[in-house]
Amino acid sequence: MAEPLLELRRLNKSFGGLRVTEDVSLTLEAGEIHALIGPNGAGKTTLIQQISGALAPDSGEIRFLGEDVTRLSMARRARRGLARSFQITSVIPSFTALENAALAVQAQSGSSFRFFRPAAREAALNEAAMAALAEVGLAPRADAPAAALSHGERRQLELAIALAMRPRALLLDEPLAGTGPEEAERLIRILRGLGARYGILLVEHDMQAVFALADRVSVLAQGRVIATGSPAGIRADPVVRAAYLGEEEGEG
Amino acid sequence: MTWRDAALPAGVFVALALAPFLGFGQSHSLTLLARAMIFAMAAISLMLLVGGAGLVSLGHAAMLGIGAYAVVVLDHARITEAWMVLPAGVGAAALFALATGAIAIRTSGVHFIMITLAFGQMAFFTASSLALYGGDDGYTLYGRTEIFGARLLEDRLAFHFACLFCLVAAWALVRVLLASRFGRVLRAARENETRVRALGLEPYPYRLAAYVIAGAIGGLAGVLLANATEFVAPAYLAWQRSGDLLFMVILGGLAGPHGALLGALAFVLVEEWLATLTEHWRLIFGPLLILCVLFLRGGIAGLLGRG
Amino acid sequence: MNTTLLLVQVLNGLQFGILLFLVAAGLTLVFGVMDFINLAHGVQYMIGAYLGATLAALTGSFWLGLLLALPAALLFGLLLELLVFRHLYERDHLSQVLATFGVILFLNQGVKAVFGAAPLQMPVPEALSGGVRIMEGLLYPAYRLAILAAGLATAALLWVLVERTRVGMLVRAGASNAPMLSALGVDVRRLFMAVFGFGAMLAGFAGVMAAPILSVEPGMGDNLLILAFVVIVIGGIGSIRGAFIAALIVGLVETIGRSMMPDLMRLFLDASAARQTGAALASMLVYIVMAAILAFRPAGLFPVRT
Repeated sequence: MAEPLLELRRLNKSFGGLRVTEDVSLTLEAGEIHALIGPNGAGKTTLIQQISGALAPDSGEIRFLGEDVTRLSMARRARRGLARSFQITSVIPSFTALENAALAVQAQSGSSFRFFRPAAREAALNEAAMAALAEVGLAPRADAPAAALSHGERRQLELAIALAMRPRALLLDEPLAGTGPEEAERLIRILRGLGARYGILLVEHDMQAVFALADRVSVLAQGRVIATGSPAGIRADPVVRAAYLGEEEGEG
Repeated sequence: MTWRDAALPAGVFVALALAPFLGFGQSHSLTLLARAMIFAMAAISLMLLVGGAGLVSLGHAAMLGIGAYAVVVLDHARITEAWMVLPAGVGAAALFALATGAIAIRTSGVHFIMITLAFGQMAFFTASSLALYGGDDGYTLYGRTEIFGARLLEDRLAFHFACLFCLVAAWALVRVLLASRFGRVLRAARENETRVRALGLEPYPYRLAAYVIAGAIGGLAGVLLANATEFVAPAYLAWQRSGDLLFMVILGGLAGPHGALLGALAFVLVEEWLATLTEHWRLIFGPLLILCVLFLRGGIAGLLGRG
Repeated sequence: MNTTLLLVQVLNGLQFGILLFLVAAGLTLVFGVMDFINLAHGVQYMIGAYLGATLAALTGSFWLGLLLALPAALLFGLLLELLVFRHLYERDHLSQVLATFGVILFLNQGVKAVFGAAPLQMPVPEALSGGVRIMEGLLYPAYRLAILAAGLATAALLWVLVERTRVGMLVRAGASNAPMLSALGVDVRRLFMAVFGFGAMLAGFAGVMAAPILSVEPGMGDNLLILAFVVIVIGGIGSIRGAFIAALIVGLVETIGRSMMPDLMRLFLDASAARQTGAALASMLVYIVMAAILAFRPAGLFPVRT
């Protein structure tokens, strides 16, 4: 069997005495949406940070495209096609939406040590950036500064930036966070369209979205993966219900 | 980019070109204008760091000083030929920027300010230690830089236009750099470093390149400064000079290189004007600086841009 | 170099280090608690020296001068806080650097306008004008020993204040996590004023004590300020203990370097060139030490923020 797109092998991470990631192993196949769920503090964002390279695990291995990337910097992983969106929107506020996406294209195409040609007039960059914006439905707002976009639009831009990197795998940290019902629906449609083309590791709180989108679901609790399976299987799993879903319903 | 970004500096450059023929041709005015243009070049290079890369350097006067001391060293060896003096001044400043920048850019925020200040002080004390070149007392040049043996720069008008040419070139270079792929990475990393890393770009080499380029332009300004005054002293490298340069940049505004241009011209002219009013002109200048920081947030360029 | 001379240099270095510490302590607290870069902290030291010299001349007594200069320096610091610094806490470091640079320009020129450019003299107090025999053939000025003692006592007092009192606890909490303070319902503005005034008074105290042995002149705080910054960067921003140790290191390196470098240079150069080159290289030594320490410990010797 071919190696998965992304594979975590027995990842461990502690902060002081607190184990935030404990023996986590999981895989992401090409063309699949693999959702990662779990109660607050289960260590989801910490895990994403280790995969993207923002944090170094204490032990374990991260393999991407068949290679060990555990010790590569965030920038190097990104260049290999591992794109990440942030839980809290992270864009360049004074850049327009188009320029934000164009920067992502630029990072993946050719050297950025080009000193003289105006970047804003590079058609190749702008076209690819525009395509990414169009894919998430943000093309009409291409010339608006990121700071002037609405919250939902910024979530879309976040996604467009990830797409503009021409990634092989997407790490999406709560792409629906803080969006209204209509915006969420729109983003879910977009994500469903993307799922077939990339591998997506999706951290999300919105259970409806998770069960509508995911091919597989892993449940994280106190830093450990307590279950992995199909959405239906996870929904029926009594251990998961006890650890997580029950609480969620209780919170209302 | 609006038309104003180009029209405003173009107007300033035309005014500087015409000034000698519109009643500012006497030697005192020309000296003042040359000084203003040279500091404008230095401020523009610092603007690339502060406004472009977000690197607040409190040691930029060292770049000027090193350019100026390159002229001194060659002058002492009786070498005054421009094709040797210019590359030496620019190259020495760029090398110093490379060596110190490689360390300084690993730090950020306050530590960067402090470490550039410390490197500036090192350069200052080195200059004071050069007993061969006058130490603390400074060094008077035998003559201005020559161009293929011709003493062209002795002519005040020729020197005026040489400075103007370099100034326009520096402004155009910084403007082009900021709009390029390179500049885009710099600007993005200033606003959101994590995002830039997540895109696959490591800001460090870009910042270092900017630091070296700014150092080189500063070195060129230093070569001109030495020629303008025909005298070089360690005081050129004092940290207060670096503070002055930073003030010029902020006074002008960070919107583009034209801000630094306006800021430097305003700084030098106001300084000169106040000095004619009272011996204690800094009593007015200091509070003026504070008021500018507190109330003139977009700088002069911002003020004009709004109007 | 013989032992006696070395001992004198060590004592001089410690004494300079103590003065540096008094200036750096206020700087590092202000910096740690408020994230505020105050370039004008050096002029507080200068103001202290001028206040001390003037008040001592007016009252005819060093001790009265010292006693009056301390509250005067405190008030002066609070005045600056009220007029300028208060409006800068929310601003970026660049604005803080520039505005406080403006304060330096103003005050340096201000003392020149009021007192003239010539240095002021402040006599050493009668009781401490003699020397103390430390060892055979070594008579060390009593006043310099007094500076050392007073500085150490102040450092101890500061340590008690910061480590053992409620205000000290707030200051330490603020240095490691400033937003937490307002979350706890602390009146941050008053705490800032207290820290500021106290820092200004310490710097002023250093200025008064230095006045009889150094020349009281415009700009005297500038170079000390840079060294104080080196101290807090080496020591770790916000750390009193770090500032203390770093101040002693810097004081010793600077003083001993200054006395030994010219001798060292004489091996290569003639006497006058060696003096000039040596002195300048000695001044560089401190920055080399700083760069070396930061290369291995980027956050300083005793980092407060984790």
